[in-house]
Amino acid sequence: MEKMSGARSLMVALEKEGVELAFGIPGGANLPIYDELYKSNIRHILVRHEQSASHMADGFGRVSRRPGVCFATSGPGATNIVTGIATAQADSSPMIAITGQVPSKMIGKDAFQESDIIGITNPIVKYAFQPMDAAEIPTVVKKAFYISSTGRPGPVLIDIPKDVQQNEAEMYFPNEVKVRGYHPWVDPDIREIERAIDMLLSAERPIILAGGGVIISGAFAELQSIAELLMIPVVTTFKGKGSFPENHPLSLGPIGMHGHAEANKMMVEADCVLAAGSRFSDRSVGTFEEFEKRLKIIHMDVDPAEIGKNQTTTVAVVGDIKASLRIMVKMLVQKAIKRGDDNPWLKKVNETRDYYRENLKLHPHPLGAAKILRKLREVLPHQSIVTTEVGQHQMWASLFFDVIQPGTFFSSTGLGTMGWGFPAAIGAKAAKPSVPVLDIAGEGSFNMTENSLAVSVLDNLPVIVLLMNNFSLGMVAQWQRTFYDRRMIGIDLKNCPDYVKLAEAYGAQGIRAESIDEVGKAVQTALKSDVATVIDIPIDPQEDVLPFVAPGTPLKDMILPS
Amino acid sequence: MWSIISVLVENKPGVLFKVTNLFRSRNYNIDSISVGITENPEFSRMTITTSADEKQLNQIIKQLDKLIDTVEVKRLEEKMSVYRELVLMKIKVTKPSDSMEIMNLANAFKCQVHDVRKTSIIVEITATPDRINAFEDLVRGYGILEIARTGICALPRGGVNED
Ligand SMILES: Cc1ncc(C[n+]2csc(CCOP(=O)(O)OP(=O)(O)O)c2C)c(N)n1
Ligand SMILES: [Mg+2]
Repeated sequence: MEKMSGARSLMVALEKEGVELAFGIPGGANLPIYDELYKSNIRHILVRHEQSASHMADGFGRVSRRPGVCFATSGPGATNIVTGIATAQADSSPMIAITGQVPSKMIGKDAFQESDIIGITNPIVKYAFQPMDAAEIPTVVKKAFYISSTGRPGPVLIDIPKDVQQNEAEMYFPNEVKVRGYHPWVDPDIREIERAIDMLLSAERPIILAGGGVIISGAFAELQSIAELLMIPVVTTFKGKGSFPENHPLSLGPIGMHGHAEANKMMVEADCVLAAGSRFSDRSVGTFEEFEKRLKIIHMDVDPAEIGKNQTTTVAVVGDIKASLRIMVKMLVQKAIKRGDDNPWLKKVNETRDYYRENLKLHPHPLGAAKILRKLREVLPHQSIVTTEVGQHQMWASLFFDVIQPGTFFSSTGLGTMGWGFPAAIGAKAAKPSVPVLDIAGEGSFNMTENSLAVSVLDNLPVIVLLMNNFSLGMVAQWQRTFYDRRMIGIDLKNCPDYVKLAEAYGAQGIRAESIDEVGKAVQTALKSDVATVIDIPIDPQEDVLPFVAPGTPLKDMILPS
Repeated sequence: MWSIISVLVENKPGVLFKVTNLFRSRNYNIDSISVGITENPEFSRMTITTSADEKQLNQIIKQLDKLIDTVEVKRLEEKMSVYRELVLMKIKVTKPSDSMEIMNLANAFKCQVHDVRKTSIIVEITATPDRINAFEDLVRGYGILEIARTGICALPRGGVNED
């Protein structure tokens, strides 16, 4: 036991959790916290908007697989991180958001910069704490990290009234905490896994659907072993993109609204699916009903509430994906199960993939999306981390940028938050400074958080922004072209600002690339540079993302380029 | 069809909000909810009734379970549990014979009678929803002025280790 202020105990507790850096902005209600931050060993990264702090913490969390930390003051500071919290929750990303609150005696009095951030964030946090006594803080922090990082990860909010930050108390730092009512560790049911194996073995057209859960639990090797032992083709959700090497002979890529044609095609023809860490979101499965009747579904998930939420299943395995898949691999090895590739289903899979690879029409423009992203793959080292913004460029990334090293691709897939990719890339760089980090961006999204260039430059976290600049909110434009009879409204960004100058204004490097060759060279220049680089590529505003499964329609009705 | 869900929760501020907000945000329906402290002051028990179908009910239970402040979530089968609701009904008295008739009905339904006045009577009925509805049907003719109900509270039948 040691007597210290609440704010001091917060820093000690964070350091005990191994926190080395945090993103944020100070203000009246969290100044005691910042004063202790000043004295601590934790590196503070000053952002220019709290939303970016939360996305940086999110990016940090996804890459390091431990919670990223962000700070905001009360009122507007706290409400500015709401989008970041919602994004982290939608994508099950571990994050600790620490907000200052008005002094406890002022709560409920509509005090200056008071907002009920606990109430506001209730449906979008995994849990929230509001310690009313300084002595609670060490335990609260311990519990927050425990809850955020275990089971299905998610954001945890700690809202600390200013007086609670200032008050002194005898502090006890627990090494372990129990949270009654929270049971993140469930042992997968062996019998269910056995049933799953039997079903996969007796299926004629089995497929694996790998979701974000594979990436979160880092079950890459296990997934690959199962696919190879059983010779089952692998599709992924968009969130699961890159959970399986996309150059692997069994890989078909992501399914969904803008999934690979071959993936959607094979998904609807399968008779048995092993869905690992996927929640059957509408963007992934479209309307599922018409083929689910003949489809046997094995659903593995760490969150029991996902079983049966969107999809009725035949076999359900609740537990950590890595643990469940590992048991499955063991069983397969014990039973000496190894299947060959000589069967009609795999033949069909290969034919289908070859067909679409050869025949899918690509946009003819010299700076077509596929050409740019394939060039990027050529020059970007495989271990690089890639994030995306939200829009057409994101879906092109899904279609044309192959992730070779599992777990190196991240996107705001659940909430679809424009402006996420750039700050998240900075967070990723902070988590893994040794590898290049690149954000595949649209300029509309980049506009939303581009002031993080200051952070990238000043805090020496250089990332590359590959701007697929179509001078418009391209994805919206595509929907207006497709569903609203070309009545174009609210999409024209009019080539403003000049991104080369913008980058330079922040002290970053700006390069305009007007041919595929220049794109390759620009990326190479950026890779060699130690400063953030924005590569502005003027693309064709008319290019659509295809294939396209219109919302509310089944995967089999995907629209192909004509 | 309605179902009873019994939820043991941490007895602390904000938990009722989390539970009801879960119902709201996931588009589930609450027909009634009753909350009170338990034999252990660290816990409260919420008894929730809902008219969800089987599939939705499963989801509700899982989502409730997922809330960190819920300690135990159980579905109570009607036949395997004791469930009651307390209702206060203020019934209109128009002519002198009404009072007598209402009190006789109340007697037959084992209700308590309170606040007998020239123009109204308050009847307290503690029963299953079926019986309460039956009583309500019988007295409706007199005119029901006001009703307050607690919502159902319920416990499973039998000892701790019997299931
Ligand atoms: C914060 C936010 N606001 C609005 C949207 C709706 N939206 C989805 S994609 C898109 C256009 C994105 O434009 P840009 O970043 O330039 O990407 P492009 O589609 O042009 O590649 C918009 C407005 C969103 N996803 N997120
Ligand atoms: Mg654009």
